[in-house]
Amino acid sequence: MKRFGIGFAVVLSLSLILASLTVPPGATAADKTVTIGFTASKTGKFNVEATRQINGLHLWMEQVNQAGGVKLPDGTVVKFADKFYDDESKKERVQELYTKLISTDKADFLISPYSSPLTDASAVIAQQYNKIMITTGAASDSTYKKGFTLVYQTYTPASRYLTGAVDLLAQLAPQAKSIAIIHEKDKFSTDVVTALKKYAEDKGYKVPLFEGYDAATTDFAPFINKIPQPVGAIMGGGHFADTTTFAKQLYEKKVNANMIALLVAPPEPKFAELGAACISVVGSSQWEPQATYSAEAAKKAGVEYFGTTVADFVKSYQAKYNGETPSYHSAGGYVAGLILQKAIQQAGSTDTAKVKEVLDKMNLMTFYGVIKFDDTPKAHGLQVGHDMVYIQWQKDQQGKPVKQVVWPTAAATASAMVCPAR
Amino acid sequence: MWSQLVASLTDGLLLGFVYGVAAMGLTLIWGVMSVINLAHGPVIALGMFGTYLLFTHLGVNPYLAMVPVAGAGLIAGLVIYVIAVHRVINAPHLSSLLATFAVNMIIIGVGTAVFSTSPQNIDYSLGSVEVGFLTFPASRLVGALGAILVTACLYLFLYFTRPGKAIRAVANNRMASELMGIPSSRVLALSFGLGTMMAAVAGSLIATFFPFTILSGGPYELKSFVICVLGGLGHPLGALVGGLLLGGLEGLIPTFMPVSWVPVVEFGLFVLVLLVRPSGLFGAK
Repeated sequence: MKRFGIGFAVVLSLSLILASLTVPPGATAADKTVTIGFTASKTGKFNVEATRQINGLHLWMEQVNQAGGVKLPDGTVVKFADKFYDDESKKERVQELYTKLISTDKADFLISPYSSPLTDASAVIAQQYNKIMITTGAASDSTYKKGFTLVYQTYTPASRYLTGAVDLLAQLAPQAKSIAIIHEKDKFSTDVVTALKKYAEDKGYKVPLFEGYDAATTDFAPFINKIPQPVGAIMGGGHFADTTTFAKQLYEKKVNANMIALLVAPPEPKFAELGAACISVVGSSQWEPQATYSAEAAKKAGVEYFGTTVADFVKSYQAKYNGETPSYHSAGGYVAGLILQKAIQQAGSTDTAKVKEVLDKMNLMTFYGVIKFDDTPKAHGLQVGHDMVYIQWQKDQQGKPVKQVVWPTAAATASAMVCPAR
Repeated sequence: MWSQLVASLTDGLLLGFVYGVAAMGLTLIWGVMSVINLAHGPVIALGMFGTYLLFTHLGVNPYLAMVPVAGAGLIAGLVIYVIAVHRVINAPHLSSLLATFAVNMIIIGVGTAVFSTSPQNIDYSLGSVEVGFLTFPASRLVGALGAILVTACLYLFLYFTRPGKAIRAVANNRMASELMGIPSSRVLALSFGLGTMMAAVAGSLIATFFPFTILSGGPYELKSFVICVLGGLGHPLGALVGGLLLGGLEGLIPTFMPVSWVPVVEFGLFVLVLLVRPSGLFGAK
């Protein structure tokens, strides 16, 4: 009997120790930790954009957890934790890592990697394992036309990425008659420029040069030499690393055009490091700190407003990341988490089917803009609510590069300028 | 059309000088010791990072940084030779090929761990040069001049100094030179060091034009093989001419067809030269 008593005491002690290890400090038994899995391009060519994206996501996670998490109707408090691996900006690594995130790390929800090719690869895994994936940093339309039912896009699709630049060109330089398009030959950039070319030709512009370059290209001289002169505008690019080099070499080769509009890189604050080469370059942006989305704007649009304000997001991001100004990649990372938070909150559950039901019907405004997904089988999950803004690097009074929103006119913080003679 | 042709050719030729320096290292090592150095690409990348680190951390002018980078390249070459190549120098070619491939993998592995594969850039501009309708970055002109200077120095070393003459003697007939009292092991080590030094210098020059990662040496290594075959394996001057030819082609081809056709034409030419004139234009061996 004495031996049994000792044995019972040992088992009880071990159980208590085990229980204290499994419940995090400060958590109650009704707390539930939801694991969000994703890969981050901590190395490789997408490093700059992906780092901002993850910064945004981490800020959201920190804020929602500090605010007490999401309370479900049954009294459960949902808190969020993340699990991620470096995908090295390589498509080949993504499927293996997402499978690991789901199978080994037991991720409950997924956030996409940065970029369309990587997201396209990861979306297959999400669908296969019945996990909801909020994509951010992935604008390509084609991913959402493959019959996936659990993949939801945060970004304005690629087909609407640069079309506004054509409208801006028409207003800024009516004399311009041609647009040379030089682009990265990846999925996202090709989707963007294919839609751009069609839109430009429909508007009456000639496209005398339409050529793609490999992602690893560092010497753009062969492409730049092919730009016919005079040319109305130069558009294209791809991602941060290649587009920054392209912009720099356009400047070094003193190429003249009324407008230079490029993908992805110009909205990044780091683009200003190009100095004089960045001046007058236009970029399409998913979001800018000068954005005017607010509860009042939501009320006018007849939709619900959810989450933080633009000013609070910018302030808290700068406070957390040593004064760094958030880019649209940062905002995209944050809003991906916010969408998930709202869907879980509204569903009152973390069950995939219930959360999916809410996402399908979601129509709300956040600090990032309107979020609404296509719920038709043809393009399920495609973002249909959000719109782009166009920025241009101009000089401030001290002659330093400053980013201004120039299009659409309603959101503009400055008038667009024609590219000065180089 | 003509202006585009001339502009493209100029850009290509300026780049070709640097290709030539990169290939010179490879061809020197092959010519003297019949070793195909597969660590050539990663050494080019190390040259890029050496210049980058000196520029960003110590504020050294990237063109002056070329001098310590060259010195480090020479020492690295000697170390690689002693550790990985010397023991297999008389073994079949496959052994030395695998030994240098192992070095290649080690450098890339360590480089990825230390520098990651994120692109780096030397933010140092010399502005642009305008000659008539031609505009090109001044850095490319300086790079070409640097390449000519390095080639001239190598030529003077090989033809007018005792160690240089010893290298040529060993390349010509190793056994005979040993009988004449030339310490062939030391000469081989020096040759490998010089070849590696040329690769590091080429990397240093390329880093002043383009952004780079630890993997950036690969394409230049491939180009170096084409150049060596074009110019003739084992012939340093042939490497420079081969580099100019390849650069010129890279400039001209995009004028007539999409840029993506450049490697097709380059490697087509590689096969053609191997078929028609395997000894290359200068026919050294």
